Amino acid sequence: MSDSVETAAVAAPAPSLHPGQSGTVVRSTVVRRLLRNPLGIISLAILLAISLLAVLAPVLAPFQENYSNIAKTLAAPDSVNILGTDSAGRDVWSRLLFGAQLTLLSALLCAGVAIAIGLPAGLIAGYYGGKFEAVSNWAVGILMSLPGLIVLLTIRAAFGPSVWISMIAFGILISPSYFRLTRTAVQSVRNELYVDAARVSGLSDLSIIARHIFSVVRAPIIIQTAAIAGVAIAVQSGLEFLGLGDPTKATWGVMLSEGFKNVYLNPTLLFWPAFAMALTIGGLVLLGNAIRDALEDGEKIKHRKKAAKLKGTTAAPAAARLSRKSVAAVDAGTEHHLVKVTNLGVGYPQADGSIKKVVDDVSFHVDRGEILGIVGESGSGKSQTAFSILGLLPDNARIVAGSIQFDGNYTVAPGEERVDQARLSKLRGKRISYIPQEPMSNLDPAFTIGYQLVTPMVRVLGISKEEARKRALKLLTDVGIVNPERTFSAYPHEVSGGMAQRVLIAGAISCEPDLVIADEPTTALDVTVQADVLDLLRELQQRLNIGVILVTHNFGVVADLCDRVAVMQNGRLVEEGPVRDILRNPKERYTRTLLASMLEGKTPMSMLVSSQKEPVA
Amino acid sequence: MIRFILKRLGSGLVVLFVVSALTFFLLYVSSGSIARNILGDQATAEQVAMKEHELGLDQPLVVRYFSWVADALSGNLGASWFTSEPVANSLATRIPVTMTMVFAAMILIAVCAALIGVIAAVKRGWVDRVVQVGAIIGDSIPGFVIGVILVTILAIQLGLFPATSTISPESGPDAWVYSMSLPVIALLVNGVTGGAQQIRSAVIKQLERDYVRTLRSRGIGEREILFRHVLRSAAPAGLTVLSLQLIGMLGGVVIIEQIFALPGMGPLAVAATGQSDLPVVMGVVMYTVVVVIVVNLLVDILNGWLNPKVRVS
Repeated sequence: MSDSVETAAVAAPAPSLHPGQSGTVVRSTVVRRLLRNPLGIISLAILLAISLLAVLAPVLAPFQENYSNIAKTLAAPDSVNILGTDSAGRDVWSRLLFGAQLTLLSALLCAGVAIAIGLPAGLIAGYYGGKFEAVSNWAVGILMSLPGLIVLLTIRAAFGPSVWISMIAFGILISPSYFRLTRTAVQSVRNELYVDAARVSGLSDLSIIARHIFSVVRAPIIIQTAAIAGVAIAVQSGLEFLGLGDPTKATWGVMLSEGFKNVYLNPTLLFWPAFAMALTIGGLVLLGNAIRDALEDGEKIKHRKKAAKLKGTTAAPAAARLSRKSVAAVDAGTEHHLVKVTNLGVGYPQADGSIKKVVDDVSFHVDRGEILGIVGESGSGKSQTAFSILGLLPDNARIVAGSIQFDGNYTVAPGEERVDQARLSKLRGKRISYIPQEPMSNLDPAFTIGYQLVTPMVRVLGISKEEARKRALKLLTDVGIVNPERTFSAYPHEVSGGMAQRVLIAGAISCEPDLVIADEPTTALDVTVQADVLDLLRELQQRLNIGVILVTHNFGVVADLCDRVAVMQNGRLVEEGPVRDILRNPKERYTRTLLASMLEGKTPMSMLVSSQKEPVA
Repeated sequence: MIRFILKRLGSGLVVLFVVSALTFFLLYVSSGSIARNILGDQATAEQVAMKEHELGLDQPLVVRYFSWVADALSGNLGASWFTSEPVANSLATRIPVTMTMVFAAMILIAVCAALIGVIAAVKRGWVDRVVQVGAIIGDSIPGFVIGVILVTILAIQLGLFPATSTISPESGPDAWVYSMSLPVIALLVNGVTGGAQQIRSAVIKQLERDYVRTLRSRGIGEREILFRHVLRSAAPAGLTVLSLQLIGMLGGVVIIEQIFALPGMGPLAVAATGQSDLPVVMGVVMYTVVVVIVVNLLVDILNGWLNPKVRVS
């Protein structure tokens, strides 16, 4: 393996920065990331150069914008007119510079007007909601449904040719994009705890908005402004190209139209204004993209679990080729284990070429009829381990070490970098199944529950739809749903969370698997429902004699349900053994700490502590 | 579902009414002495007064608006102040030219953007890189500049295509398609790059949803997950993107028609704007708003059909 592997494995999860509390920290790193990105530097340099040329136009331009030398029309470039002259004998270079001035100023005016309207309206609508929001949403709907150029034609017909009036009008027209962005951002932070805390501590609404909320919308607004300035330049130039601009001003649009009229005589007149436009708008588009990238990189660091897709390395196709050959046999004497994970390591390639390990040297096995609990805090690698067995790791994940075998065959043979989907797709659904954590987001909202139960059975077991339907109704009864017909024909949004989790459990056992992997199956549920679901799981497991891997952060659940338990911390296996031994006599300090942090069996210290929510993994 | 459509239709009519009123007042309040503009500087005060009476400009604005509405409801949008041609007639001859072009471009955009966007989202890697670079280039060059470049290089310099596209469908489908290809290409480049980009992110967003992982865990094949689940969930976002593209195109087509000298809505709108021929401007705005409302209604209906939450309630 050529990639350098970080041996330190993964440290504790990076402290998630609250945007409101650490605005300056976030911003400075974003700026640094932006400047490290070549696209960011290039776009900033282009825009800076064009702005400088525009500002210095009166100094730099050898001629006035409308000075014409009738004796020298459509001239080729020479030492006096470095880019030649147009059909009226005006200097192309000078007009280009003055055009830059007007173009940039009008784009700024447009963006300024749009921000001045959209931002405060979005803040008020997002923060207070109510009637103001309803009315502004309605107005936004109307503004958004009008094509910009048609509106500008109307404005031109009413007010005559003026760059400024048309850009103010376009600013009003495009203000909904700021409005929507601000409103959505404000709504999402309005109910965050730190805003509540600010409110409780007696800060006025105004200073809450200024301090907390503005820091959230700042970056998106800059991205939006880059895009809008580009659109404004395009629209304004289009209007001038049509001959509806101010004829006394030199602009790129006017120059383009002038060039187009003389296209048979001197097509290079077209080139310069088109080039200037493409360069400016391109610079703005690139800047917007670069800022977005810089922000998203920040997100990746904050939420390592949702590590975004990195491009595949060269090793991946090799691993895929390897898998088509016959797979090595598992070690003798281990065939009887339902699942055996040996020295497993899982990592994610980082931008700097190293690999960040999230699972390191993990070994355990599960037999038929046995429930293994994997316990650990969020970020301990327990879910990553579970997804490696299922073959459902994110695309960019790599198996950096070890092997996984299922029922006497390797699913990940030693030395393979990726889980082989061809092998796993024969097992998934049929022999290995999965119960997810969050019931609602794991059902497709567009299909009925019945459809989502029936289809896997038809595909995996090859039975008829009618038979699958009968089995689905039986399964729904088995998992304790009182009115199975009604649930069968319901859409996911029509049932409760507890019901949806029962449906997912029914789905997991529908094809009679040998192994069920349950990833925090009760965390998202109400406490009373939690107990029911655990009882259901145990009952099904005993009846069907299946192996279960139960991923949880809760020792209570482990004590209730599991035969053996594996404790994980920072990607490593800390301790593994029968539940009784580990609960009564934990050898490792970390296990003792975890056990001590449980609330069950303790005297409540005060109301505040006993009503505290469990951390959600 | 029918109630939902009727509600949408009703709100569309409200929008039509509001926009017509706003446009009418905006146009007539601000545009100075209209009769003087039409008659020129040589006209006497009596002639101007007479013209004002003839055009009904001596009546209060509100009265004029409601008489315009009454006429419009009976299909009479007034007549041009300069050519005296009824506005409804001008629109009727020009709308087909513009709308065939817009719809041709729209269908191509929908197909290309969806294909490129979905492939980029599913394949990632170099395909995705190429699409993203293409999107940046497409975003950087305004559609009308693309039109100008196409005409200059392909039509004027190389002579591969006619520079003006005044050929009508009667002169044979081949010649017509041939003459329309440059303007349609000019119209669709921005739409394809912008649309593909947004469809790509909509599909990626769906692919990362939890239920996709659960479907995989149930043994459902990748193809079925993509076509039956992911694309269906990404469709509303894609439809919204495409409807916004179409709305934008109603403006862009004005310039494209001017470049290719097409007898569509564009030249009519530009001439009317330059002369402040207000009845024609009103007519153009009304046609645009009606198209937008119809498109939005269709998108709402399709989304309602795709989303059970809307369908059921």
